[in-house]
Amino acid sequence: MTARIGVVTFPGSLDDRDTQRAIRLAGAEPVALWHKDKDLHQVDAVVLPGGFSYGDYLRAGAISRFSPVMGTVIEQAKAGLPVLGICNGFQVLTEAHLLPGAMLGNDHLHFICRDQKLRVENADTAWTADYRAGQEIHIPLKNMDGRYVADEYTLDQLEAEGRVAFRYVDFNPNGSQRDIAGITNEAGNVVGLMPHPEHAVEPLIGTGRTDGLPFFTSILKKLVGA
Amino acid sequence: MSRTPLDTVEHAAATPDVELPWAELGLKKDEYERVVEILGRRPTGAELAMYSVMWSEHCSYKSSKVHLRQFGEKAPRSDALLVGIGENAGVVDVGQGYAVTFKVESHNHPSYVEPYQGAATGVGGIVRDIIAMGARPVAVVDPLRFGAADHPDTKRVLPGVVAGIGGYGNCLGLPNIGGEVVFDACYQGNPLVNAGAIGVMRHEDIHLAKASGAGNQVILYGARTGGDGIGGASILASETFDDAKPSKRPAVQVGDPFQEKLLIECTLEAFREKLVVGIQDLGAAGLSCATSELASNGSGGMTVTLDDVPLRDSTLSPEEILMSESQERMCAVVEPAKVDRFLEICEKWDVIATVIGEVTDGDRLEIFWHGEKIVDVDPRTVAHDGPVYERPYARPSWQDELQADDANKLPRPATAAELKDQVLKLVGSPNQASKKWITSQYDHFVQGNTVLAQPEDSGMIRVDEATGLGVAIATDGNGRYAKLDPYTGAQLALAEAYRNVATTGAKPLAVSDCLNFGSPEDPAVMWQFAEAVRGLADGCLQLGTPVTGGNVSLYNQTGEAAIHPTPVVAVLGVIDDVARRTPVAFQEEGQLLYLLGDTREEFGGSAWSQVVHDHLGGLPPKVDLERERLLAEILISASRDGMIDSAHDLSDGGLIQAVVESALLGGRGARLVVPDGLDAFTFLLSESAGRAIVAVPRSEEVRFNDMCGARGLPVTRIGVVDGASVEIQGEFELSLTELRDAHEGTIEALLA
Amino acid sequence: MARVVVDVMLKPEILDPQGQAVQRALPRLGFEGISDVRQGKRFELEVDGPVDEAALARIHDLAESFLANTVIEDFTVKVEEVAEAAK
Repeated sequence: MTARIGVVTFPGSLDDRDTQRAIRLAGAEPVALWHKDKDLHQVDAVVLPGGFSYGDYLRAGAISRFSPVMGTVIEQAKAGLPVLGICNGFQVLTEAHLLPGAMLGNDHLHFICRDQKLRVENADTAWTADYRAGQEIHIPLKNMDGRYVADEYTLDQLEAEGRVAFRYVDFNPNGSQRDIAGITNEAGNVVGLMPHPEHAVEPLIGTGRTDGLPFFTSILKKLVGA
Repeated sequence: MSRTPLDTVEHAAATPDVELPWAELGLKKDEYERVVEILGRRPTGAELAMYSVMWSEHCSYKSSKVHLRQFGEKAPRSDALLVGIGENAGVVDVGQGYAVTFKVESHNHPSYVEPYQGAATGVGGIVRDIIAMGARPVAVVDPLRFGAADHPDTKRVLPGVVAGIGGYGNCLGLPNIGGEVVFDACYQGNPLVNAGAIGVMRHEDIHLAKASGAGNQVILYGARTGGDGIGGASILASETFDDAKPSKRPAVQVGDPFQEKLLIECTLEAFREKLVVGIQDLGAAGLSCATSELASNGSGGMTVTLDDVPLRDSTLSPEEILMSESQERMCAVVEPAKVDRFLEICEKWDVIATVIGEVTDGDRLEIFWHGEKIVDVDPRTVAHDGPVYERPYARPSWQDELQADDANKLPRPATAAELKDQVLKLVGSPNQASKKWITSQYDHFVQGNTVLAQPEDSGMIRVDEATGLGVAIATDGNGRYAKLDPYTGAQLALAEAYRNVATTGAKPLAVSDCLNFGSPEDPAVMWQFAEAVRGLADGCLQLGTPVTGGNVSLYNQTGEAAIHPTPVVAVLGVIDDVARRTPVAFQEEGQLLYLLGDTREEFGGSAWSQVVHDHLGGLPPKVDLERERLLAEILISASRDGMIDSAHDLSDGGLIQAVVESALLGGRGARLVVPDGLDAFTFLLSESAGRAIVAVPRSEEVRFNDMCGARGLPVTRIGVVDGASVEIQGEFELSLTELRDAHEGTIEALLA
Repeated sequence: MARVVVDVMLKPEILDPQGQAVQRALPRLGFEGISDVRQGKRFELEVDGPVDEAALARIHDLAESFLANTVIEDFTVKVEEVAEAAK
């Protein structure tokens, strides 16, 4: 048996099909979910993909957060459904308050696209179990609004609880506080990050590295083993 | 414009003496008289609006048409060409049932006026051309030219253009995989913002801009129509855009990439369900263009009710609605039984769609407003029978003097130390420096099919996941070469793009071009244009790569000073398996470096002559297209058979530029030996065409040499991949750190 | 008919690179004596019917839950103009 992993398409989602491909390459079954459809079609996990949903108008992720599908995602995530938010998906998760903090425009005011070095800080979440804590990986990063901010209390709490999942190494590409690239909720089922693991799953394509594949194998093992 | 009472066809016929502002709309007197002759009466205001935009230089190619015909007349036989010149974009067969459409267009003037929006809407326009052929857009490329890198206005224009290209293309989810950035004072008031796009489809999905089948419905969908760029189409191509007359609104259109993304998805879904008979995007000349082209490419008959066009600004007059260049709109022709489903798909994607007309069995395009007929024309006379000019052209008097000012006679470095200094200066000069600060503002990864992106020799996209089939594209153009000799310059642009595609392992198939020149009313400019077109057409014939379409941008000049003639050539290639692609970066220490081709003393128009001597004179490098073809065959075979691990084309900046780029990208140095018969200066800095360097694993050395020998391609072993520096034995050594500092910091320091 | 204006500003402690970029440009343009610039958003809501306390309360909720992200932004709500025809 395999796991069914849903990928939500919002108007303006860009990496939805790439994410479906990554899920397939990991051995799971991708299921396309539509933003206007409340029904999650019995998927075992959900990925909110990258892109510019609603053109990033108002604030990145702010309009998508109120789409019908998100009502169900929020409800089920609180009940333990594994959810991964990549880039715009991460922005949606913070707007939906499934993850703390917020995303703002890059401090240098430019879009930035690069092969980014990260450190895996938490290898115990639903989406990171196939990594080792402390492992350094390269994942493509591409965003306009990638600056993670939260108040000092929240940041301290995230650090204390080991909920910083990924940190930028060598170079902070957007001015994120404490070099935070991704975080998890307390239960470890909801993870959000700015870099794009779905763009690092095949040799030859993109940067030619496959450092992003463990995101998808992690969740598959968790779901199938459970 | 005369609007009270409404200028209906009936009213126009009854009031032959009413004066219309044809001159303010950019028409010449004889052109206006021709319109009157065609109609047998004076045109209505709405008709005048349509003729004036459609007969503008930008839409009608009236100055360039007589020359562009050569692309058809001299077209090489090619089984690959599925759709040729004349449609929204050409379509090429790449095998396995796939077809690829690609095109390059200019958005030069708008980008000077408002860099961000000008560049953004340039991307939007070219992408809609690709969708209109039935294809999913898969990548964009952006050949750019700016004024001097240290000029204050460049700091205004370049960051805006780059942000606009990124802001629009990134938001559409299109990887930006190639292009160029060139600085030259000649582009100071006339930056060139060319945008190219590639789309992929199955053969059976090709769609054409054609309205046929009486009773079929004409559906306008996408953004609402506003007052954007009214008259822009005329202004774009008229002599001056800076002293716009009161009747001309500013030519700035604002793009909404989110709307365009919805338009892409919605259109592709409609194609998948086979709901579309014909389709046309709305670009320059808006509805005037879309309705007249759709109708004239079909049987000719169409009625349109302008009242049904959804408006953003309810005060627009019918003339303005016809001329509006509001972005993100398309027009589809749909059978009546399929209209409901089409509208449903639009609604799914939150795209506004409205039936605005119907195909008729007549041959007139009739447009109504408030129940009255305001346009009644033969659409062919609007779309295709525009004026054609045989502009006078003459080789400029200064051409001989320019060519006599031989760059080969410029003082050369006298010592190894001087040569080293000049090399360092060259690789750090704005044109030769890394463009990473610019390209990192573009998404390269989206869609998950990018095999190669800039700074590789060509961008490469995987088309089929199962088989690895891929396509490559390179764009090139060297205005300095073309200024010295437009015929040769155009062929050099073609040769370089062709070579760049082959260097990555792909087989060149077809060509698109963007021809950027000064005023066609200047016989010298017109001569440059005629020569460049002749050179390109001859070159394409010889290389077997047909021109599938393209774009002409004229009037790129400030006062009397025209830009360098700048034909930008895009070559599209195909590779059977992207796993065999050849990258630029050195891959492994110890691999042997070979120089392919002949090196002559050729410094006319070279980067060295510009950077070291601020000189432009002499003759550009010689072109030998048979040699280019042989070189390409060798590069493709070597890639397919795994004989080379990296390759880099040699062009501006010569061999040293290529070696430095391969070394920095690979993080591995090189030791080079100056070959017998060449001096170090010529070896490193000559810009002879038809050359490449390749890195050959030692196990492949014999096989590779045998192949070159058997096919008669000159091959010279010049060194080895090694160490952390680039060393020219007996001359000088530059560490990778020194080179990196010089090469990678320049652009950011000037423009960030 | 009335217009209600919602102004949204980044909280004072949040870095505003756009505002800073504007401020850095000021001396170049010859504007002196401006020590800080912060950039915000202004929403103009055309409201049907009377803008009474209940309506303002709804708009306040709208601003708090949607127009502003209160993790990073503050907002103010004010009535700008009331047409005399309002009941």
